Formats: sequence, C-alpha cells, structure tokens
Amino acid sequence: MNSFILATGVFDPASLVLLIWVLLTCGVVSYFSYRRHVSPLRLRAIPGIAAIEEAVGRATEQGKPIVFTTGWGGDIQRPTTLAALNLLRFVAGKAASYGCRILFPTHDPVIAEAAKEIIRTAYNEAGHPDQFREDDVTFVSPSQFGYASGVDGIVSRQKPGAIFLFGTFEGEALILAETGNINGALQIAGTDSTIQLSFFIVACDYTLIGEELYTASAYLTDDHRVQSSMYAQDLIRAVLVTLLILLPILAMLGVNLYKEIL
Amino acid sequence: MTNRLAWIATLVTGLFMMAQYFIKTEATNAIYTTLLDYYQIIFAVSMIVGGIGLLKQHSLKVQRSSQQRGYSLITITAILFMVIVAVISGTGATSPYQWAFNNLQAPMQATTFSLLAFFVASAAYRGFRVKSAPAFVLALAAIIVLVGKSGFGEMISQQLPAIAGWVLNNPSTAAKRGILIGVGIGSVATALRVILGIERSYR
Repeated sequence: MNSFILATGVFDPASLVLLIWVLLTCGVVSYFSYRRHVSPLRLRAIPGIAAIEEAVGRATEQGKPIVFTTGWGGDIQRPTTLAALNLLRFVAGKAASYGCRILFPTHDPVIAEAAKEIIRTAYNEAGHPDQFREDDVTFVSPSQFGYASGVDGIVSRQKPGAIFLFGTFEGEALILAETGNINGALQIAGTDSTIQLSFFIVACDYTLIGEELYTASAYLTDDHRVQSSMYAQDLIRAVLVTLLILLPILAMLGVNLYKEIL
Repeated sequence: MTNRLAWIATLVTGLFMMAQYFIKTEATNAIYTTLLDYYQIIFAVSMIVGGIGLLKQHSLKVQRSSQQRGYSLITITAILFMVIVAVISGTGATSPYQWAFNNLQAPMQATTFSLLAFFVASAAYRGFRVKSAPAFVLALAAIIVLVGKSGFGEMISQQLPAIAGWVLNNPSTAAKRGILIGVGIGSVATALRVILGIERSYR
C-alpha cells in the first residue's frame, strides 16, 4: 500500500518524517485527552495566567474597562488566534460576572464576528445580557498601522484598567504595549512571535512566552481533557529534547540519523 | 443540535485540511481550492459587514455629540471618500484613490511606524535597569550586541563584533528554537483540541 502511494506520486516521500511526527503528536494528545483514569495533575504556576483574574478585578475596582486584542499578525485560522479566543472566553466571563466593560478592537472582521459571539455568550451566561454592547467589539482597520493607531486611540481615550495582548503580533507590538504602559494599565501579553516577545517582556507586567499561551486555557478550566493534552505536550517535548541530546552524540560516533528522524 | 453540527463541520474540515497537506491528488487540490475560495468569500462579506459596522458606530458617536465627534467625522468622511472615488474612477495608478493612498494613508502609516523609534528607546531604558540577575544578563547581552553591531564596536575592539555575532547565533538562537519547538507542539495540540471539540470558544 505504501509503495503504491509513493509510486503514484500522491504522497511526497519528503513529507514522511513530518507526517510521522504529526501523527505521533495527534496520537499522544488524543490518548491523554480521552483516557479514563486520570490522577490529578500538578501544574507549574505561571504568574501571567494567575494575574488574569487580578487584572479584571483591578479594572472593575477602578471603574475602568478592559481591552483585549489579538494582534495584527494572525487571522482566525491561526492556532495562536484560536488560543487567544479561548482565553477571551475566560476573560469575558470574568468581566461579565464583575460587571466590567470589555473592549475588543481587531484588524479582521471574521475575528470581530467570532469575538462578538464569545463575549455575547459570556454576558448571557453571567445573567447580564443587557450589559453586552455590540459597539465594544470594533473592526478597526485591516492596515497594520491603521490598526495600531486605532487601538492606541481607544487606549488613550478610554484609559483601560487592564490590557490583554494575546495573539500574533508584529511591528505594532511595542507601539501598543508602550501606549498601554504610558496610560497606566496592567498589561498581560502572550505571543508566539519570538521577536516581539522581548518587547512585551520589557513593556508589559506579565508575558506568556510562546507555548504558555496555548496552555493558558488548561490552567483556567477544570476540564481534565484539556489539562491532559497539556501533559501530552510536555511528554512530546521531553522526547524531542532527548533526541536533540542523543542524536549529536550518535553523530559523533558515526551514526547520522538527524535527517531521518528530525 | 446546532452545536453538534458546528463540531462535525470543524472535525471534517480540520481532518481534511491536515490530510490534504500530505496527500496531493486532483480531488484534494480541488476541494482545498474551493474551501479557500469560500474563506475569501466569507472574508469579503465580513469586510463589508465590518465596514458598515464601523460607519454605524461612528455615526452614533456623531449623533451623541461626544467629545470624540471630530475623530468620528474624519473617519466617516475618509471611508466614504475612498469608496466613492474608487467606484467613480477606479483604483488605477493615476486615480484619485491611489493619490489619496500614496499621499494621505501611506504618510500616516509611516508616522505611526516611526513612533517605534521612540518607543524602543523608552522600552530599552526600562529593560536595561538592572534589578535582578536575569535583568543583568539581559542588559549585558543587549549592550554587547548594540555596541558590537554598530561601527563603534569595531573601534573599541576587533573582537567585539565577533562576540556580538556569537551572542546572536548561539544563546539567542538556542532560546528562540526552544520557544519555537514549544510553539510547534502547542499549535498542533491546540488545533487538535479544537478539531476534536475538546476546547471550543462557541457554545
């Protein structure tokens, strides 16, 4: 069967290693997510995640709104945007139960529609559907610096108590983070863009680094399936780190498996 | 029922998108292209919805006679102007639309972008304040790279550019790759959680 697929050119043999890694990751994540007997997991404390509730509470006490934005770099298909929207569900839920206004400016009208539904659902579930304001979810501009100017304008005029910058950010990252800093907001950021991480680390109060953004929802939910999938991620990473140590040693001994395995 | 349908649609589309990356046939390519076309249609329609929403929002602000009325008036005028000139005279190189883009929008974007220079300076000032051991490492690495990569570095020592290069190519790249490995695994796990319906932002 394999040779048939390869012979017909349907499958590119160069992708075989990638396919194996994807299937392995999917298999391990699915197994841990759906296994029946689960012992409680001990989660490493991440200050940025613990501070999310505090940030919403602080803004509520100050009588100020909160701003949540997903950055200019990602559309709705990007896993980082999906992870950010999962976090929005939690943040909007807290904001709705505290009676805090949440502003969501974005560069993408599809993300705006998705965010509108998430925030509306959060207010409905909190029993305050009347407090949801459709105007607070704003499609600002598809242009990068048009979006940055729009968000900066909202932050400068509304003076939010807390700002959440979760998603894929590019050149606008520091412009947004510094404006938030100047306006005295408590800022929590999280991104997969390694270049922008350094800007967030110096300009924000808390920063979720890379993968922490994807695991944040596991910390904020009681669903064991989500938490178990995080355990699976750690397991795969441990395998990768072991290979990264083992393969160079094998290469020094004349067994070169780098290209075959990674 | 609606939720179940949404989940089934996510599951089927997600698994197909993953499979089509590896299996290249005429049928999978055709379905993939069609799905991308549908996404473009959804994006275009939502762009119209977004534009109308923006106009509606700013019209309300003008009616409420808030302090921000001026900004809203400028926004409404700019949106209507660009739409009207594009419809009347097209978007060619010599059209008023292109003129407005080159002479109004592009300079405004460049202005916002140039703010970065000042923000980098203020962020660097905060970042370089040595309050702890990690902050000291950050400041030291930054100073070595800043000085080493400028012409000034070579004047101080011939070795400084090489040291700056080593910092960028070894510890910095190693840290970046560590983060990227985590991001890669996290992306697959997040996508899988969404595809399997374990984690969903819709109810």
